[in-house]
Amino acid sequence: MDIKSTGSRKKLRSKLSIYNDVVVGHVFAAPFILGFVCFSLIPIWMSLFYSFTDYSLGKKEAIFVGLKNFAMLYNDEIFAKSIYITLKYVLISVPLKLIFALFVAVILTRKSRMVAIYRSVYYLPSLIGGSVAVALVWRQLFARKGLFNVILEGIGMDRINWFGDEKMALYPLIFMAIWQFGSSMIIFAAGLKEIPMTYYQAAAIEGANGAKKFFYITLPYLSPIILYNLVMQTISAFLTFTQVFVITGGGPNNGTMLYALNVYNQAFKYDKMGYACAMSWVMLILMTLITLVIFKSSRFWVIDDSEA
Amino acid sequence: MAEKKIFRKILYHTYVVLTGFIMIYPVLWMISGSFKDNSEILRGTLSLFPSVVKKGNYATGWKGFGGITFATFFMNSLVVASISTLGTVISSSLVAYSFSRIRFMGRKFWFTCMIATMMLPSQVIMIPQYLIYYRLHLVPGYVPLILPCFCGQAFFIYQMMQFMQGIPRELDEVAKIDGCSKYGIYSRIILPLLKPAVVTTVIIQFYWTWDDYMGPLLYLSRPQSYTASIAIKLFADSGSSTDFGAMLAMSTLSLVPVFLIFLFFNKHLVEGIGTTGLKG
Repeated sequence: MDIKSTGSRKKLRSKLSIYNDVVVGHVFAAPFILGFVCFSLIPIWMSLFYSFTDYSLGKKEAIFVGLKNFAMLYNDEIFAKSIYITLKYVLISVPLKLIFALFVAVILTRKSRMVAIYRSVYYLPSLIGGSVAVALVWRQLFARKGLFNVILEGIGMDRINWFGDEKMALYPLIFMAIWQFGSSMIIFAAGLKEIPMTYYQAAAIEGANGAKKFFYITLPYLSPIILYNLVMQTISAFLTFTQVFVITGGGPNNGTMLYALNVYNQAFKYDKMGYACAMSWVMLILMTLITLVIFKSSRFWVIDDSEA
Repeated sequence: MAEKKIFRKILYHTYVVLTGFIMIYPVLWMISGSFKDNSEILRGTLSLFPSVVKKGNYATGWKGFGGITFATFFMNSLVVASISTLGTVISSSLVAYSFSRIRFMGRKFWFTCMIATMMLPSQVIMIPQYLIYYRLHLVPGYVPLILPCFCGQAFFIYQMMQFMQGIPRELDEVAKIDGCSKYGIYSRIILPLLKPAVVTTVIIQFYWTWDDYMGPLLYLSRPQSYTASIAIKLFADSGSSTDFGAMLAMSTLSLVPVFLIFLFFNKHLVEGIGTTGLKG
């Protein structure tokens, strides 16, 4: 055996050794790689496949139906309504949530020992807001004789039948989403800490008032964080499920049929798996489009760190 | 001048405290409601103090339904949340180590995949995932709730990677010279130093799985296996006359772990969210 082949064999052995970086890297990354393939990649392809079929748990095999599911979606009134309601929910709740989050974060930047405590108090609703317990409390607060109607009566207004009125039922849910501005606030607060004090001092010397400082220093400096919060909150608003499932169940007259609940119902209540997969793909495309629009628009309002 | 400053300070604190009180009012209302009589809750009252303190709500609620007490439901929640959390910590730290400390072919690719999973709406993969588990005869059961946690969670991997950036690479070098392999560096150097990031992961993942409703809703069907979140919802909907006092009592109990985390690990929570933008 000549020296050359021993060398290449040695090379091969070192490549296969468990101490080689490529091997070590993949060993450590293995949980993620396995999970990614099994729980993301394969399901995505399955979902795409089933969206072109008629399939339910009872059936042995999926029947290919081409674009029929998508054609059915086009004529599905509840589907159209759920898109409209979801957009309404997202468009009202997300901007208000971020405005509150930013407002409170700015207010709570004072140098005071109490600020940390205040911040956690404002953060608490967002910590527990996803639970069934709080959703049940919310349902009770907006009941016919619930807290909010007591307040309305107290200030001389008529009671509102929140969950009996198709037009009103979405507002308690929107209100609940806004109430949970805490985590966005914490992210804003972390960003505010990074703004160099010298900026404000310089502005103060030039005679800028509070509002001017906010619009010319704080807002531009925070714009990347606003973008981040906007994207994340929009995505999670689109996926809202537990709250609407527990509080209204989609009613009355589908007035709160948020998209995620609609998908759940089609799949697990009516056992139309193929149809539900088609719906979730429409959602994926819709959400991707909206995220893209947000990112494209960010060119005009997000100021990069390097420029600021 | 000084007087004006103090006045403004008082005004500020009063304002913040009052708004804060309104923010957590629903939570306080829930706790006080758990000591109120059913009729008092239904009458609709703003008061946080029950006119008659009714301690029996907790005992009534604890009985649960169908002969299964809430001891079972809370135990189920605890088991699922603990195992999920353990799995998340182990797997996420392994993956974070490979992405941040090992230069290997494919690292960038897998990292990009991981970031992509953060943006992927869970609802798109929910149905096919269910179908997979269904065909493997794992529904109903706990496996679908727990197994994905052993594959690393993108948010925590990312958070741990950020933390690892702060651990000096010189330590790795020294260990390497002393004959430590990459496996040894992970277990003897990185993991012990990763403790603060691990604590954040533990508390956030624990309360996420504790609170989770959709997973148990999809995958659990025997009442004996219900987690607390499912049980409370069923308890609230059972029969024609719900005992609201008992429902609020169980709701309050179900939030106790989260309240405890909030009280004792608040700093970790706030830091975890602030530095990585984890959703709360």
